[in-house]
This record gives sequence, C-alpha cells and structure tokens, in this order.
Amino acid sequence: MEKKDDSKELEGAVAVIGGGIAGMQTALDLANSGYYVYLVEKTAGIGGVMAQLDKTFPTNDCSM
Amino acid sequence: MTVTQHPRFVDLDRCIACGTCAEKCPKKANDSYNENLVKRKAIYVPYSQTVPLKYAIDPENCIYFAKGKCKACEKFCPAGAINFNDAEKEITLQVGSIILAPGFKSFDPSSYDTYSYTNLPNVVTAIEFERILSATGPFMGHLVRPSDNKEPNKIAWFQCIGSRDINLCDHGYCSSVCCMYAIKQTLIAKEHSGIPIDCAVFYMDMRTHGKDFDRYYENAQKSGVRFIRSRIHSLSQIAGTDDLLVRYATEDGTLEQEIFDMVVLSTGLEIDKSIIELAARLGIKLDNDNFSLTDTFHPVATSVPGIYACGAFSGPKDIPSSVTEASAAACAATEHLAPVRFTRTKSLDLPPEKDVTREAPRIGVFVCNCGINIGGVIKVPEVVEYARTLPNVAYVEENLFTCSQDTQEKITEVIKDKGLNRVVVAACSPRTHESLFQETLINAGLNKYLVEMANIRNQDSWVHSEDPDAATEKAKDLVRMAVAKTALLTPLRETDLNNIRSALVLGGGVAGMTAALSLARHGYPVHLVEKSEALGGNALRLYKTHKGEAVASYVQGLVRAVESEKLITVHLDSIVTNVDGFVGNFKTDLSHGSSREVIEHGVAILAVGAKEYEPKEYLYGEHDAVMTHLELDYLFLHNDTRLDGVKNVAFIQCVGSRNQENPYCSKVCCSHSLVSALELKRRKKDINVYIFYRDIRTYGKREILYREAREKGVLFFRYSLDEKPVVSPNGDRVQIVFRDPVLDRRLAVNADILCLATAIISHRDQSLAQLFKVPLDMDGWLLEAHQKLRPVDFPNDGIFLCGMAHYPKPIDESIAQAKAAASRALTILAKEKIKVGGIVSRIVPELCSGCFGCVNVCPYGAITFDYDKQIAVVNEALCKGCGACAATCPSEAVILMGFDKEELYAQITSALSA
Repeated sequence: MEKKDDSKELEGAVAVIGGGIAGMQTALDLANSGYYVYLVEKTAGIGGVMAQLDKTFPTNDCSM
Repeated sequence: MTVTQHPRFVDLDRCIACGTCAEKCPKKANDSYNENLVKRKAIYVPYSQTVPLKYAIDPENCIYFAKGKCKACEKFCPAGAINFNDAEKEITLQVGSIILAPGFKSFDPSSYDTYSYTNLPNVVTAIEFERILSATGPFMGHLVRPSDNKEPNKIAWFQCIGSRDINLCDHGYCSSVCCMYAIKQTLIAKEHSGIPIDCAVFYMDMRTHGKDFDRYYENAQKSGVRFIRSRIHSLSQIAGTDDLLVRYATEDGTLEQEIFDMVVLSTGLEIDKSIIELAARLGIKLDNDNFSLTDTFHPVATSVPGIYACGAFSGPKDIPSSVTEASAAACAATEHLAPVRFTRTKSLDLPPEKDVTREAPRIGVFVCNCGINIGGVIKVPEVVEYARTLPNVAYVEENLFTCSQDTQEKITEVIKDKGLNRVVVAACSPRTHESLFQETLINAGLNKYLVEMANIRNQDSWVHSEDPDAATEKAKDLVRMAVAKTALLTPLRETDLNNIRSALVLGGGVAGMTAALSLARHGYPVHLVEKSEALGGNALRLYKTHKGEAVASYVQGLVRAVESEKLITVHLDSIVTNVDGFVGNFKTDLSHGSSREVIEHGVAILAVGAKEYEPKEYLYGEHDAVMTHLELDYLFLHNDTRLDGVKNVAFIQCVGSRNQENPYCSKVCCSHSLVSALELKRRKKDINVYIFYRDIRTYGKREILYREAREKGVLFFRYSLDEKPVVSPNGDRVQIVFRDPVLDRRLAVNADILCLATAIISHRDQSLAQLFKVPLDMDGWLLEAHQKLRPVDFPNDGIFLCGMAHYPKPIDESIAQAKAAASRALTILAKEKIKVGGIVSRIVPELCSGCFGCVNVCPYGAITFDYDKQIAVVNEALCKGCGACAATCPSEAVILMGFDKEELYAQITSALSA
C-alpha cells in the first residue's frame, strides 16, 4: 500500500507549527510513521513552556 | 506554505556552544526563560538543555545592531560561527497537511490592581514561582522570596487569576491546570525549603479531575497544606516590612485576614496575540476565548480542512492531554496521506559493519569538557593523560563537547584512521546520549554496542563541584572502569522479524470504533472485537455533549462507517481467550459462542470502556423519582412524557465518586448535570433545578455551562462528605434535606426527579489484564507506561489503550485518545520488520537449574519455562534488557548481553584496584 505514485498531488510531508511538548510529540509520531516533518518554532530552541517547569504533576518528575 | 525564518546570526553548523561569546558579550538582557527574574546576555542559549544547543543573537539587545560596533562575540568565537550578515529568509514548504501546536501564554496579571503584582516583589506568578523552585532558576533552586532573599515561612496561592472571571480579564473559561499545579507547587515548596513552611491555597472549587489527581490533592491535605474556600478581598504590604496582608471572605461571608511572606498568583492560560494573528492568516476560526474552534467529534480538526490543532491552542489542558492530542493530530493529519507514506522520507546509506571479533582491543577514549560543566571542576587534561596509560587504549582525545555534530564527524574519522575497534566516551549519561554515540559507531562501520560511557558529569563534576581534586580522581576511576569493561565488549546482533501489519482493537464503543477507523483509513486491516451483540457502547445512551451536539446520532453514523469499511472485520459477541506472541507477531484466540478463531496481528488497542456505578444510596432502586444520568438521558432522548409534569429536579453530585470505595473524580458528572439542568430549563423555563455538589468541576471551556446555569437560575448547594444530603420518600416525590453552608442552616426541597450523578467505574477485568500482560491501577483503570509522556502506551511494546478503560472521560477526550492510540500503533504498523536482540538476556541451558527465579522476577513476561527441557527460555522480542533475571539467577545461567558477568567483574575489579 506504500510508495504508490498514483497520487502525485499529495505530499508525504507535514508542517508542525510550535516546538513545545505537543509539537514535538506530533512531529515524532509523524516521522516514525513515515512522513517527513518540518517543525517550525519561533524561538531559538524547542521545548516550550514545559521546559520552564520545575516538576510536573501528578508524578512530580523533573520536567526536563 | 511559506515560512519566514528570522536570522540567528550564529552558524548552527559551526557553533560548538562553548559559551565564550556569552562570557565576552558586554550587554545584559532580560532572561525570558527565567521570566525576567534574572539577566542573560544578548547572545544566548534559551536554557542549558536547549535543542539545538546553539547560541543566538537577540538583535533587540545586541550593541552592534544598536550602535554599529562591538562584535565581541565574533572576535572571541573559536569556531568562527558568528555571522552578522545573516538575514531573514522566506522558505516555501510543500506539505500535505499542517498541524498547529502554538501553545499558550501565561496570563499577565499586571492589570489586576487587587493583587498589586506590579508593585509588590513578593507577589509572583505561578510560572515565576516555577523558575524560583528550579535548580536552573534565579536562586539555583533555593526557595527564597525575591524582595530580600529571605526563606519564606508562609506562602499563599490565589487560584483563578485570569480564569473564571469575565469582569476583569474577559476569560470566562477555567484554565484546567492551575488547581493541580498549585498543589504541586505547595508540595515542592515544602520539599525544597530549608525550614518548615505553611502553604495555603485560596480557591473557589478544587478541580482535580484527572487520573490520580484527587489522590494528589488528598496527600497535600494530609501533609498539612491548607485549602481555604474563599474569595480574596484585598492584598497589601505591611508598612515597614516586605510581608503581605491577605484579606479574604470565607464561604459564609466572614471577612478574615492573615499575613504571608509571599503570594503566588495561579495564573491561567490564554492565547497569545501573535497566535490570533496566525489563525487569521490561515483562516482558522477561533472561539470567543480565542481558542481554536473544534467540535466534540473532531477534537483535533480546525475549521480549515487539512489544518489540525493540538495542545493548549484548542482549549486549556494539561501535559498528558496535550501529548495525547499531539499523537491524535499526527494520526488525523495523515489519514488522507496514507498513499504517500514514505515518499518524502530519506533512508540512510550506512557503511558495512567491520568484523572486530578477532582483533585485539584498540580503545579510543573521548573525554568531554561539556563546556564548563565538567571542565570547570574536573582537570580534564589530567584525565586524558591518565587514560593514555591504561591497557588497550590506543587513542585519547579531549573535546569541548563530545556530543557536538562536528565531534561526531571527527570521531568517525579517528576510528577509521587509528583503526579503533572500541570506544569509551567519558561525558554524561547513557540515558540521554548513548544512542548518539552508537550512531557515530555505525557511521564508522563498527557494531553500535562497542561503545561505553563513563558518566563524569552527573555522577562526578555535578555532585563533587566543591572538591575538584577528588572529582578528578573519581573521573580517572570511572574512565579506568569503563576501559576495563570495554576491552571485553563483543558485538551484539539484532535480527529482523516479520511484522504482521494489522491490528486488533478490543471494544466496540466510540473509542474502539474511532481507533479502528483511523487505522483502516491509514490502510491497515483491523479486527474489531466487541463482547456484546452490537457496536456503540455507552455513548449510544447519551443525549448531548457539553457543546450541545447530539451524541446518539453521531455514534450511529460511526457504527455505519465501521460496518461499511472493507478493512475492518467486526467480531460481535466475541471475547479474547488467549494471547500469544509479542509486538509484530501476536496470535489472539477469539471465542464466539462455541466457535473459535485465531487472529494474527502486529498491534493491539485496548478500548474496553467502563460502566456506570449502580448506586446503593439515596433510595436508588427503591423510589421511581430517583435515577442516574443515563436514565435521565433516556427520558430526554425519547421525549418521555414523564418530563411533562415535572416542577422540581435535583441532582446530587459525586455519588460513588471521591469516596473511600472510589477515591477518584469521575470527571464527566459535573458537566453532565449542568447539561441536563440547562436542557430542563430550555424545555421549561419555570422548572426549579437544585444541584448538590462538593466542588463544581466544569474544567476548561465547560465552565461556560456553570455560568449559564447560574444565570438561568439553577441553584447550587455545596455539601461535605461528613454531612451528605438525606433523601426520604414523599409520595411520588422525594424530599432532600441538606445544610446550606452559606446560610449555615438546614433546608429541605422536594423533587419530582432526583438525578444521581453516579461514578464511572472500571470493569476490573483482571483476566484481560493478564492476557495482555498489562497493569491495572488501584482503581481498576488500565495503567499507561508514563502518565505524561506515554499516555496511551503500555510498558510492553505493541499494545495501546484508549477511552474510559484508562479513566472516566468525555467523548472529545475519548476520541482524541483513540486517534492517539492509532497514531502510536501506526509507528509500528509502518515498519516492514521488527528488530529484536541487542541488549537482551540469554540463558545458558547447561547452567539453568529450573528454579523459576527469573520467570517470576521478569516484569515483561519475557521468560517462559520449557517443561520438556526443564529450563527457562527468554523471548528476545519481549525482553527489555533490564537485567532483573541476571541479578536473580543463583546459577549465573543468565547472561545479559552487553553486561555479562566477565564485563561487570572486570569493571568491579578495576574499581577496587586503585
């Protein structure tokens, strides 16, 4: 079912806007299921708000 | 689509993140990562673990951009990475779909005079408090207040700042996460503080509606955190001190006051202006609160086909829900792209692997400075010289960052030039970096298991920063031990197994059907197994969603879609009786009446749902006026004449939830009661509706229901567990006697219908859990691999979960979770082969005494017992290489590959030889 070329108008790539925890997870799933991903982030690094948090509930593990 | 890339002024390929530029940069700027509580330089990395770990110049603050001279960074950069001519670029991308995950912004409370956030330094926002608590924050994780660096004795949290408030901030919604993060902050503050501290949370309703959240709340209460149901009257600084006077009104209207050292504002989530503009450019419709407009049945779709949304952009939500939606969006966004899967991806061209088994060990040692992380404490040149004296070491090198891209290329060359056949990296943790160095070995034509890491950072320079000499000696010990083990490393093999590219979905409710349809649309065959005689599940009995959409008709449509999908085989009246195999190769026995069938599949999704609790209290089953939500929905669905004569309707919340038996919140019942209350009011304006509750938990956008219900005259009375309402028969009606906490009086109402907002409980299907070897938690819910980061996975590969079997949840969340489970399953189905082997256990048959020790200790069910041969056997596909079996075996019959006993003994002998 893969690598068909009968759908030339379709692109096997996805753009993800935002490199926080949601953007990163969606990008990983896409890449691992066979799609090229463009991850677009407006700041100088990915991580988003979660990277600012110390610990996270309810497991209290380190956010990093 | 077109993307504008702003200039970074630093060449990503050249920057080695040594930090010299920031050291030399003369210009300080606000550090937004630390919420401007400290300064950074105009050339910076956002935070120490940033990906990519590369510097960037902030042109707003850079002196060169303001005055035309400086360029100190350029002068001192050892890598020539600074490029002041870097310019904005327009990039055109050809994509099949777009996923928006732009996130949220923490509400800025500057506009609130009441809380004097801008004037009083000891009034901080929750995100500022996160930074204060953090080891990488302004106070290195020491809990002190900003005004005078004093350790606070008393801290107050104010809830709902910028949430549930249409007067001052125009945010009518609940931000969903603040109750939980405030509780977390109280607990972490207590843990971090050098002195015992008093934490008080001032709140309206505690909304701890997620999995394990209520337990978390109860633990905080037990550890002495005070929760004060109140409204804040005012906040002021006590003259001559930095202390804060909090005045507040309790539930019965009494005005109280208390002094605190610090106040944390539990600020809500909102959508940033730039995101609103982005949505406008893309033509995406937003709701009244500027969140992406979604409907219940398409939770990750936007108003524009081909554009999807996930995370806080579509409504305030916590990390587990954001991660779930992220996976869901990946699935939804590619349903139409299944025919072009793998057309844009690239495959790696790898060199052939060199056979080193007959060669004498030639070890290369790479010692990392990690910027100043290691080099600032440990005398790295001394460690390098020491490493040269060790046996089998053929080459030693010092790196500023062993992990940087250019170093990887260098290592690859060195391995080839010097004929190295094993590598030791003395740097950080294999947990984060081993895979990187394994890849480097592959690129150099070596087996990836011939690398060993010595953790001289986390386990040395970080913990012994006070004693550089001892840290240097320890680094030498760690390197010597690693070298001793490495000399014995042997190449490990991975083999490819066939992957059966089809799925088994268990449970034919909304979650199961959604997951099955998603997988089928991605082109993979699905067996959908339902134990009852029809598809549909609980949702068929629901009337409306919180957004007013009819549920039953949607579910009927879903059933038709599943039935007409060629790739889905539906098995009704069927149960699973046996499961064999592992990821990529499951064999599951189904029984349907007297007939049996064996299904072969590569992945499984468990969507077995949950059920309504059958109340034993409040005259349920004894009096006709008393019913559950599903029974009231039945009356609505059928426009039952019983509703015609009704004048008074009462709802009692938390029936069977948040008690000793079921110490969790069932999440959906508050919203369900309000939907029903509003439906009653819509049908008949003068109907009286009374709701008896403990906390109203209309989280997120559901808060709109609560506001509307109060506007329409629904009356709310709070009760506590020690004084529940008392229900007694009164002819056709029932009488409810209760204490009103506002008036502090006992009151009574008569109700024609008393709807019990009953708990949702687990089927507690232990046999299912055993068949699939998946865990159930204390409340009977399927327990995921990690609540935040792997919310729909299990610890064992190839099995996923979704829907109410995980925890009670509304339909939109079940659908998102189902698509997420499908997405995770797709990451396996997309592979042609399953790789097994590497670091796994093997059992030497001659040494096995058949004691069953390993069989019992294996947490993954990877070891079985061969009764014919009377020995234990490891299934490599299930083994995770944890080594529990090797540690348990009394006969040393178990070999954990890559950690065999000779290797470990060599390491230990080396440790003791110093």
